[in-house]
Amino acid sequence: MSSEIIAPSRESSGDRFFARLGGLAEKINPWLIFRVAVFYLGLLLIWEMLYRAEIWSPYLFPSPSEVWEELKQTTENDLLWKSIRATMERLAIGFTLAFVVGMIMGVACGTMKWVDQTLGTLVLGMQSLPSITWLPLAILWFGLSEKAIIFVVLMGSVFAIAISARDGVRNIPKLQRRAAQVFGASRWQTVRYVTLPGMLPSMAQGLKLGWSFSWRSLMAGELLFVSGGLGYLLQIGRDLNNMALVIAVMGVIVAIGLLFDRLIFGPLESWVANRWGLSHG
Amino acid sequence: MNWSSVVGRRASGSAGAVNGSLAAGAGDDLETAPPPADEAANVAPVRDTVAAAAAAPLLSLKGVTKRFVTSRHDTTAIDDIDVEIRAGEFVCVVGPSGCGKSTLLNIVAGLDKATSGTITFDGKPLKGSSAERVVVFQDAALYPWLNVRANVEFGLKMKGIRGKERRKVADRYLELVNLTKFDKAFVHELSGGMKQRVQLARALAVEPRMLLMDEPFAALDAQTRDVLQAELQDIWLRTGATILFITHNVREAALLSDRVLVMTPGPGRIKAEINVPLQRPRDPDTHAVVDFAAEIRKQLQHDEYAVSKPEGGYVI
Repeated sequence: MSSEIIAPSRESSGDRFFARLGGLAEKINPWLIFRVAVFYLGLLLIWEMLYRAEIWSPYLFPSPSEVWEELKQTTENDLLWKSIRATMERLAIGFTLAFVVGMIMGVACGTMKWVDQTLGTLVLGMQSLPSITWLPLAILWFGLSEKAIIFVVLMGSVFAIAISARDGVRNIPKLQRRAAQVFGASRWQTVRYVTLPGMLPSMAQGLKLGWSFSWRSLMAGELLFVSGGLGYLLQIGRDLNNMALVIAVMGVIVAIGLLFDRLIFGPLESWVANRWGLSHG
Repeated sequence: MNWSSVVGRRASGSAGAVNGSLAAGAGDDLETAPPPADEAANVAPVRDTVAAAAAAPLLSLKGVTKRFVTSRHDTTAIDDIDVEIRAGEFVCVVGPSGCGKSTLLNIVAGLDKATSGTITFDGKPLKGSSAERVVVFQDAALYPWLNVRANVEFGLKMKGIRGKERRKVADRYLELVNLTKFDKAFVHELSGGMKQRVQLARALAVEPRMLLMDEPFAALDAQTRDVLQAELQDIWLRTGATILFITHNVREAALLSDRVLVMTPGPGRIKAEINVPLQRPRDPDTHAVVDFAAEIRKQLQHDEYAVSKPEGGYVI
């Protein structure tokens, strides 16, 4: 490759399209589907058999079909949708705040040495604090309110985001910033056109990490005190001894997690890998 | 000692003249490769100052010194550098690694400040970096999130030039470096040689007064380097750009430059100034270029030993 004298012929966009289609076909090859299907059907089968064996009493260990029924019921009476919406609102507000605050802190730490020596050390320390430990403080400050839970979500992810933002800025090759300087870019232009896009590889990972922290702390917070939301629905299931509801809600939580991963963070990561050429090794 | 002789640039001076003009100063090197007499006759040595007086220099460095002072070390990277570069000139700075040639380039680029000395560009004191002096770096200076076209347009965008105009200019320079077909490729899809061509196009697109090249072909394999050197020579002949080119490759210096500045290490000083009165376009495999390269190398080596020879001397 490197010993090329004249530019090597590059595949046309058409070729690429088909290559990508080919990749997709590879992903959905029948064998793969078969294997995955067998695995999950097998799990369901074992579950059902354990249920039928009556090792545990049925109210502690419901059957798959009971869980399914419970799930259908909660969707039909809108309880599930309301809970999901409440949870998503908290997540959206908390995570957006964390993103904005974390980016500002991270970029400041990454670009200014004195900020890194002061705020940077604090951020590193705070990051080791499990986010749910902010809950008592949040309750004292904000009472049993939405603000308290949003605060917990914010604290859950803001430090992780700040650290990856800082690393993202740090990892931009020095020459890339120098090149901008050489072209007479202003300080603001350098941030806008070099720093922000250049930190994307690190941010793609940081956002995913931050989101998962937010998601976990939100569930914990809802479970502990706040009304509404999926965590609260879990709590109701416990209070009513409704194991089927508990398992159904857990399934929904897993599904939402997967959905975020596949629809937002997965594409973001693969876009970055594609642009930066990380996937080709 | 400054013993160079000057011949008009892009000269008609014929190839074999190399040794003739070099011998004028490098007395002890005379025994190697005697020049063919008929060709040497075409070159008339002239004092450097005469040519310099003909046109006001675009860039002028006087007594430029750069010291790096830390709590433990006080290192003089470059010391008392005097350089003048006229518009349209192709000047190479050659020196062993660590001789401060990149420091010199960074100072001219405005990326670094001289500790002392005066630098004027186009008659005015040089202040900071600006798009009139653009650098082509050795490596990794392209933006991976932008495709080739957007990379070429980057400097124009920083200048606030609108999209339509940017595209037009980028088209022109993509063509100049033979990358028109690759305008939508991403940086990681390019070979090392193509990356350097993108850098060159990006630099030329803002139409700088002076192009600063910091060992741009050092990381390339030999074949690609040959192609890129030929392309650069061709582009220089077509555009008449003023180029300050840093390299440690003497062959490259002999092939490309009108004038070679030989630097000594620790602290970096300009030891010799050699004019390269060879006809253009030059071919790297001709005797003229090869012989000239050998002469430059001799200057360089002689110098390296003189400066860094340990107490007991070398055992080779």
